[in-house]
Amino acid sequence: MHELSLMENVVGILRTSAAENKIKKISRIQLVVGKLTMAVPEALQFAFEVFKEEDLFKDAALEIKEEPVQGECKECRHTFAIKDFEFLCPSCSSPQVKLVGGRELYIEFYEGD
Amino acid sequence: MVKVRLAAPVLQQNEEAARENRISFQKHGIFVLNLMSSPGSGKTSTLERTIEHLAGSLNLAVIEGDIYTTRDAERIEKRGAPVVQINTAGSCHLDARMIKPALEDFDLGKLDLLIIENVGNLVCPAEFDLGEDARAVVLSVTEGSDKPMKYPLIFRQAQVVLINKMDLLPYTDCDLPLLEKELKSINPELELFQISARENTGFSPWLEWLKKQVKIKKQTADQTS
Repeated sequence: MHELSLMENVVGILRTSAAENKIKKISRIQLVVGKLTMAVPEALQFAFEVFKEEDLFKDAALEIKEEPVQGECKECRHTFAIKDFEFLCPSCSSPQVKLVGGRELYIEFYEGD
Repeated sequence: MVKVRLAAPVLQQNEEAARENRISFQKHGIFVLNLMSSPGSGKTSTLERTIEHLAGSLNLAVIEGDIYTTRDAERIEKRGAPVVQINTAGSCHLDARMIKPALEDFDLGKLDLLIIENVGNLVCPAEFDLGEDARAVVLSVTEGSDKPMKYPLIFRQAQVVLINKMDLLPYTDCDLPLLEKELKSINPELELFQISARENTGFSPWLEWLKKQVKIKKQTADQTS
């Protein structure tokens, strides 16, 4: 259950940015979460509810965009989707795979007035 | 209505704190290990044995992360290593900001190796960089061979897996070759060591690995200073 501390970071970033941009109410937040972070979208939504007592977030909808786990072969440069956490190039069978997607965890944008 | 594009990493603050910790470790040439596992895998017992073996050859200190109690710190203290306990009071992981104040209690100039024992949990600690040089996971055979595939991130991020409770292997259904194969498929560069903390067996290759890392860290610190 580290989703609560992740959401604390999210609302912290949003509070600062909203103050800078003179935004009083946030209506929409887009969060990008890779499938190889251990953050569960449902748990993030649940954790966000805690912060909804705050005026800034009262009417905010949290949208979570999930990104697939992707690898790039260091030998043949082939890019592919990693299934079942098997880090093996499907093209040349090399185990030298660099993780290029799936570890995303960032706020893409938010909207408000 | 205004749309604000941020592309702001959620863990930015943690990453900044981790960077500061890393600079301080680099300055003193200390090799820092983040030791992780599920509760009850034998993390503290492995650490106790490691301290015993390294006494006299390396100056080692420990940060103990637990949700509650100072029991682990008391165990470590008995082995003669300087130790600081962090109680996270409910939080399921250590983060980089918790480490910084704990460092003030050590004489960093005298240390070769700092081991941070994380909160027992295979999920959350994997997400938080503490500023360490390497990550080791203790995985006991009694937990079953399916754990790497169920909790891949922690094994993908680690450099070492210590397979513990090898003395109990005959009494479990753990498929050791399968376990090792799946660990290597998640992370082909993993170093695997089979140990029994209870029986004090299998420690030599692990200790050699640690000593080598400490030596490399010292050399890079000497070059930068």
